[in-house]
Amino acid sequence: MQTPAHAGRLITPVMVGVALLLLTVPLWIAKVGLYQYIGVEILIWAIYALGFNLLLGTAGLPSFGHGAFFGIGAYAFGLTQFHVAANLWVCLLGGILAASLAGALVAGFVARRRGIYFAFLTIAFGQVFWFIAMKARDVTGGEDGLLPIARLPADFGIVSFDLTGNTALYFFVLALFLVTVVALWRLTYSPFGRVLSAIRQSELRAAHLGYQVVLFKMLAFIVSAAFAGLAGSLFAMAQGGAFPEVMALHYSGYIVMMVLVGGGMVSFWGPVIGVVVFLLARDLLGAVTLTWMLWFGLLFVAVILFKPEGIAGVFQDLRRRFSRQPQAPAQPAARSTS
Amino acid sequence: MSALEARQVHVRFGDRVVLEEMNFSVAPGELHGIMGPNGAGKTTFFNVLTGRVRPSRGHVLVDGKDVTGLPPHRIAALGVARSFQIMTLFDEFSALENVALARPAFRAQALHGHRAAIGDPEADAAARLVLDEVGLGSKAHVLARDLSYGERRALEIAVALAQEPRVLCLDEPTSGLGSDGIARIAEMVRRLKGRLAIVAIEHDMEFLFGLADRISVVHWGQVIAHGRPDELKANPWVRRSNLGRFG
Repeated sequence: MQTPAHAGRLITPVMVGVALLLLTVPLWIAKVGLYQYIGVEILIWAIYALGFNLLLGTAGLPSFGHGAFFGIGAYAFGLTQFHVAANLWVCLLGGILAASLAGALVAGFVARRRGIYFAFLTIAFGQVFWFIAMKARDVTGGEDGLLPIARLPADFGIVSFDLTGNTALYFFVLALFLVTVVALWRLTYSPFGRVLSAIRQSELRAAHLGYQVVLFKMLAFIVSAAFAGLAGSLFAMAQGGAFPEVMALHYSGYIVMMVLVGGGMVSFWGPVIGVVVFLLARDLLGAVTLTWMLWFGLLFVAVILFKPEGIAGVFQDLRRRFSRQPQAPAQPAARSTS
Repeated sequence: MSALEARQVHVRFGDRVVLEEMNFSVAPGELHGIMGPNGAGKTTFFNVLTGRVRPSRGHVLVDGKDVTGLPPHRIAALGVARSFQIMTLFDEFSALENVALARPAFRAQALHGHRAAIGDPEADAAARLVLDEVGLGSKAHVLARDLSYGERRALEIAVALAQEPRVLCLDEPTSGLGSDGIARIAEMVRRLKGRLAIVAIEHDMEFLFGLADRISVVHWGQVIAHGRPDELKANPWVRRSNLGRFG
């Protein structure tokens, strides 16, 4: 991932554009044949994908068990609500903390591994957490899920917003999505993020420059798990429950697919594009055929074969072509006169 | 006191002895050359000096302090920098970013996640100074992967220099370069000479004999001859052995 323009800014023009666009979504989403809830779902998965990409795209660490942290966030949100306090902020904190702690535990084991070994270990840990969620019925509700998780109001002391409606929840999740975008943009282009990227490009050199590679990898893993926990918490609230399904191996695969199809390896925004394409494909293709995953799978194969940089990579190519155009005609003209 | 010293370093991988017994030291400001045939163990020796390989026996000392077995990042933090024979750059970063990341000032803030890494004029100026030193001043914003081979060789050294080291280990800095390129690197190293201790593995005899204060000839995992260039030129062993041409 090359360093983009505005990397040093806290808020970029693209962020403002995206925020403005997303603010208008509830106004037109029903008119284009979609529904409010898909907007909520897309933003939640976008938070998850952006956090995941700190690990995959920036640090180059392929985790195939990240569903575990998403799921742990969801369960912890519910359990905090049932047993600690039915307060939105406390529950969100519970979800984030639980996912971070689980992330720290796993990171301790996987951070010294690379490539295929790293990937396999994350799968193994993902399966362990999934298995626990399935079997610890007394705590998690097993296959039936942890129910019912309430959509708690967002209480700011003076004002309190009811989030039971999908439109209200959409705006709440949008706010957290924008916070996530700003935080991860800053982190990605901070000294810490630059070192992560350096480690992906050459772990050897980074170590000989004085960077404790394992520490950086562990921290990246934990931060990424924390965002998965935030997304999982919001998902539990949106769905009204926490279910083991999102922790299953194929769900951990979906997040990898979304990030790669969208272009997370070359662009900060790639994961968001991937989530939008994936979830819209699920709904729109899913409406006409039960085998929508087959078609999305084919798209995935095509992207990996012909444009490994993903959809964001296509955009980058187009932008490069358009920005070069003004100078192009000048050369043949100069040649013909000589 | 030596800036960097190796005492009776022995390395074996399984039953294969790579370094038999290496004794070596470089004083502050000195340029110490290492020559020897392929497979003599020169790069393994560098890996021991910089912490990448832990010796089976023996000791490595930085400024008289035993650092044997410390990991690379700790040795780097003590002021020992290295370049790589096989170029090891951050290809997606610009030349400036490559150098900026190597600076100790950057390293001191590497755990900062709340601050932008880009756009600090003071840090940029310091990084540019290093690029100027190796003649890459005009290429600051070119990605490392888009630089020419010779420029990448220069950047290899610039990254190590940006670490503000007390000991600079250069692993075949002219590898793969033509005579013009070699001359440019030689000129660069000549300017650096005296400012810090330099250890250079090199195959190019003209380069080494023109620049080094002392040279160690390594063969079969040990130093078989050692001395000033003029002494070594007369050394019958060096003359007889098939180590290279003397121009």
